[in-house]
Amino acid sequence: MSTATDSVYRRFLRHRLGVAGLAVIVLLFAFCFLGPVFYHTNQVETNILAANLAPGVQGHPLGTTDVGFDELGRLMVGGRSSLEIGLAAGLLATGIGTIWGAVAGYAGGWLDAVMMRIVDTGIAIPALFLLLVAGTIVRPTVGVLIVVIGVVSWLVPARLVRAESLTLANREYVLTMKALGGGSTRAIGRHIVPNAIGTVVVNATFQVADAILLVAYVSFLGLGVPFPGTDWGGMLSNGISYTYDGYWWMIVPPGVAIILVVFAFNVIGDALRDAFELRLEGR
Amino acid sequence: MGRFVVHRAAQAAVVVVLVTVVTFLLLHALPGGPARGILGLKATRIQIEQFDKANGFDESLPQQYWSYLVRLLHGNLGTSYKLNQSVSSLLVERVPKTLLLTAMSTAVALFVAVPLGVWQALHRHRVGDHVTSSLALIGYATPTFFLALVLVIVFAEKWPLLPPEAPQGTSISSLLAHFSGLVLPIVTGAVTTLAAFSRYVRSSVLDNLAEDYVRTARAKGVSERRVVWIHVLRNSLTSLVALLGYYLPVLFGGAVVVESIYNYPGVGLLFWNAAQQSDYPVLLGVVLVISVATVVGSLAADLAQAAIDPRVRGALR
Repeated sequence: MSTATDSVYRRFLRHRLGVAGLAVIVLLFAFCFLGPVFYHTNQVETNILAANLAPGVQGHPLGTTDVGFDELGRLMVGGRSSLEIGLAAGLLATGIGTIWGAVAGYAGGWLDAVMMRIVDTGIAIPALFLLLVAGTIVRPTVGVLIVVIGVVSWLVPARLVRAESLTLANREYVLTMKALGGGSTRAIGRHIVPNAIGTVVVNATFQVADAILLVAYVSFLGLGVPFPGTDWGGMLSNGISYTYDGYWWMIVPPGVAIILVVFAFNVIGDALRDAFELRLEGR
Repeated sequence: MGRFVVHRAAQAAVVVVLVTVVTFLLLHALPGGPARGILGLKATRIQIEQFDKANGFDESLPQQYWSYLVRLLHGNLGTSYKLNQSVSSLLVERVPKTLLLTAMSTAVALFVAVPLGVWQALHRHRVGDHVTSSLALIGYATPTFFLALVLVIVFAEKWPLLPPEAPQGTSISSLLAHFSGLVLPIVTGAVTTLAAFSRYVRSSVLDNLAEDYVRTARAKGVSERRVVWIHVLRNSLTSLVALLGYYLPVLFGGAVVVESIYNYPGVGLLFWNAAQQSDYPVLLGVVLVISVATVVGSLAADLAQAAIDPRVRGALR
């Protein structure tokens, strides 16, 4: 491990809230992905006879849902889709945005102008609307949601990386490399992106947090993972219909889970930003 | 400054044209095209053909785009077939109400976030900073519909202090007459944006405190209070203004959720209902207006910032 990454690593570990956030994420992943190995529940067939049971009744620690799914098991299954979509879509968005921004900033001139006007256009159109249109054209699955959410969220990282790439493109070592006959792919791949890595990594954690929130909104709009699958946002909006019946166990666990995971990814991002010693305005 | 204005306005014009291209193409990307969107899923092929012929949808795409642009320039945003009303008249009715609600919740958020962000920057990495940052972040991490629900349960059900629903007036004054009904929607909108704003102010104040002009001011013997609340804050606020221009789509996204939950008669609710009923002329009209407002808003913010801060003019490429 080089000294630079080593010191980033050490500075991150000094950030107590960030380390706590990382611990929360590890625990949530373990809960969602390893949990079902030890805690077997039927999350495919409904059981109306065991619907709306309060926590603790008939051996359901967190009660059951309106169609008789075990709530604790459901929390694991739903969390799996929330985390899968959030992580993959956040990384996809960061990936697209990084390449787009690096190319635009490095190329400059008309190519930069064209690429950035496309970004401006994307920012001006509400993502909610694009998600709605996507929802009418394709049937949502975990894979589809990853692509759709990734594709509507790459604009902010593109802007950030472009700003960085713009200054990096005029550094002596990049100019020297160009003078020596190095190609632009090499310049972007070996110099621009690696030097912007702090910005990219920090933004990726925020992107994942935002993607998890966005999945929840998409489910609230009724365009989430189809039944019998679910995600935390879907569980939450389903539970909301039973608020006035007092079935709090259908609302509180997924709500708290979303807050916890989004909070944790954000504090990790903050800690990373301090560790990379970055200034990242707007967040 | 003149060159900057022209350059930046030209960029904005290009983006507006691109936005119209995207909305136009999206209407055609819908399965069955605009006819299916308007006539509904059960329309037969013959009905669709007739509709396409009657409305010029059988022409080539560039021709159709041209007539779409001409209609837009005449202020014709199409007609809602579900509400049987022109989209522009719907927008004229609804936009001021959403502006009212969004402006009030943004004002509340800023009123709390600006002093909070400054205070946090001055107490960086102390307990108070951690506690308030974490609280703001919890507000950010809470899905708006969940927050709204919790607020309704606590302040309308458990302790019936406030109405659970927004007032249902046709005019702004009738909405304001029942102000208690606006409290929960305003608070809901404010809580979700507060974290973003206070974070921004905090980091921007920290950045500015490291600048040379702060050292100069301190060396001249300017009081610390004056350095922070006059010199630094003024610089931080200009960049916050620029942020607000780009923040419009986010605020609109929040308005859709808040208005649909509290049943507030604004553009957000109009959009929500149109989405439920696949009322595409309304959806596209709303999106076009929001997008153009965003472009114009960020243009205005950039120009204002450039007028105040000469460094911005130099930074533009």
